[in-house]
Amino acid sequence: MDVKSSVPRRGVVAGIAALALLAACSKPPAKTSTAEASKAATASSVSDVGGLDALVAAAKKEGSLNVIALPPDWANYGTQISTFSSKYGIKINSAQPDASSQDEINAAKQLASTSRAPDVFDVGLNIALANTTMFAPYKVQGWTDIPEALKEPSGQWFSDYGGYMSIGYDAKKVPAPTSMKDLLKPAYKGKVALNGDPTQAAAAFNGVVAAALANGGSADDVAPGVKFFSDLKKAGNFLPVDPTPTTVASGQTPVVIDWDYLNAAQATSLKGKVDWKVVVPRNAVVGSYYVQAINKDAPHPAAARLWEEFLFADQGQNIWLDGSARPVRADAMVKAGTIDQAAYAKLPPVAGTPVYLTDAQTNTAKNYLASHWTQAVG
Amino acid sequence: MSASQPATARLSRLVPYLAIAPFLVYVTVFLLYPTLIVVAGAFTDDSNRLTSSTLRVLTEGVYLRAFARSIELSAVTAVAGAVLGALLAWAVWSGPREGPLRRAVTAAAGVLAQFGGVTLAFAFIATIGLSGVVTNFLQDQMGINPFSGGVWLFDMPGLMLVYVYFQIPLMVLVFLPALDGLRPEWREAVESLGGSGWDYWRNVAGPVLFPAFLGATLLLFANAFSAYATAAALVSQGSPIVPLKIRGFLTSEVILGQQNLGKALGFGMIIIVAVVMTLYALLQRRAARWLR
Repeated sequence: MDVKSSVPRRGVVAGIAALALLAACSKPPAKTSTAEASKAATASSVSDVGGLDALVAAAKKEGSLNVIALPPDWANYGTQISTFSSKYGIKINSAQPDASSQDEINAAKQLASTSRAPDVFDVGLNIALANTTMFAPYKVQGWTDIPEALKEPSGQWFSDYGGYMSIGYDAKKVPAPTSMKDLLKPAYKGKVALNGDPTQAAAAFNGVVAAALANGGSADDVAPGVKFFSDLKKAGNFLPVDPTPTTVASGQTPVVIDWDYLNAAQATSLKGKVDWKVVVPRNAVVGSYYVQAINKDAPHPAAARLWEEFLFADQGQNIWLDGSARPVRADAMVKAGTIDQAAYAKLPPVAGTPVYLTDAQTNTAKNYLASHWTQAVG
Repeated sequence: MSASQPATARLSRLVPYLAIAPFLVYVTVFLLYPTLIVVAGAFTDDSNRLTSSTLRVLTEGVYLRAFARSIELSAVTAVAGAVLGALLAWAVWSGPREGPLRRAVTAAAGVLAQFGGVTLAFAFIATIGLSGVVTNFLQDQMGINPFSGGVWLFDMPGLMLVYVYFQIPLMVLVFLPALDGLRPEWREAVESLGGSGWDYWRNVAGPVLFPAFLGATLLLFANAFSAYATAAALVSQGSPIVPLKIRGFLTSEVILGQQNLGKALGFGMIIIVAVVMTLYALLQRRAARWLR
């Protein structure tokens, strides 16, 4: 071994690493702030900026918008992004499309005061409630159309789109299920996947709640839901695979418990390849909305606000609807006749009263899951 | 040495240490500082008040079970990896020293020992996953469904199989030098005294190699215990082992504000690895006695 010569060389490598580290630690140059930007940064409605045209002008001047955790196949975000971009000529930097809500908050903290920090968030309610201090209050033009229960009164966060827990299935491979209990049948052996781990992903969490409702539980008691998945596992039906469009297309996950808008998007994108159908199971209707919020340290404050105006205008709402998500202004738009009727009619039918978990119920449920889920599926 | 020694002379004695300064900086930033954060986090709650209650949570069944599973996974793969790796190393060592077999095996072991992580998990999913090449072949050509009893690949049995894949080559790498330390003279001495091959392995080679074997097993244990990326890419349900539990606390969008519990779990892992590595160091010292 040529020990002598290798030692100084390693020193040089470490030196380079240290230099690179110093370079990485130093902050990138701060963005140049203009008068419009500072005005937009504190604006809590479009009139604070001087109307929509002024907001558009300020946003165009900023030139770009940072979004995070928006998968193109999720609630039609791909179209949302490209339409906004071409309509206003603003470049959208879409970071980590597959990240979770918590990753969005982490990124905002880690990238704080850099030009790469996310401008806007699209997060689960749970995450929004825990991080209200990071949001800039803002009320979009259609504010009054959003039901009271689905927004924070000062505008810190406001619901954008939602849906119901559903079962997506490959009609060529499995018989059509109508209830959660159907999935325990031998026909579904090794075929049922849940979108994520319920102690980590909101979609999976609500999947367990739906299973609880279907098995004698309630919003206050999710234990029967955990028991259901434990039985599913014992029957050999539960598939511990994280379903993605790839696993669905390749036939690895023939049954997926997930939001109806995600399952419906799956059906559209796989048309001709997989006969993907969506059903909202009987007596297990769990609903939930995602919420929008603006980063209070947004590097592009005007573009961030314009993005929200765009999403909540009829056009943005209909784009979500086209991705089978239920836009929050849907009822008002039905009344006004501005909704995309064809897309609205395609949403899966729902039988039973939808259940929305309160904050306290969510807390009870997640504490139960934290201590019981691993055992149930391990 | 006198007190009046010029300062420059004293400084010049420090110059050799200057060469390792970047290394020390590196270790401080990437090892000591993060360790400090983890340990401090384990003793505070989420509003940064000093408390021991965070650590107490670790005694709850669900976390104890995670530690038990982590230890089980590490122990099983360490022993399997050590036995199989030692046999492979022995087979290679018996051949010619500069032969192509030895060169090929050590080169392959060098690569495969570092092949853990996402790539390895996907390699297994692509070969024996639900629609993997081998799975499809077994199903279509032989009518065997490897997952008829449940999809074990994404569970503890799958983790064990995949971990052994990088444990064996690591064992080959750390155990070959120990075998090389066996001197032909010892064998000749045993034979000239009328001893058999068994006597040689039982009374000479075995005792000499045993500390090295045990030490290598501990190293494999620590290697498996601290592995994260492979398990993270393979297991998406239930977070059975400690590193995955910690991931849950850091990235969950359901269970919030419990990052410090994750740090407490990390602290528990540090203690276990510290104990294992101390034993390893002691065994290495003993093993090195014969292998100079």
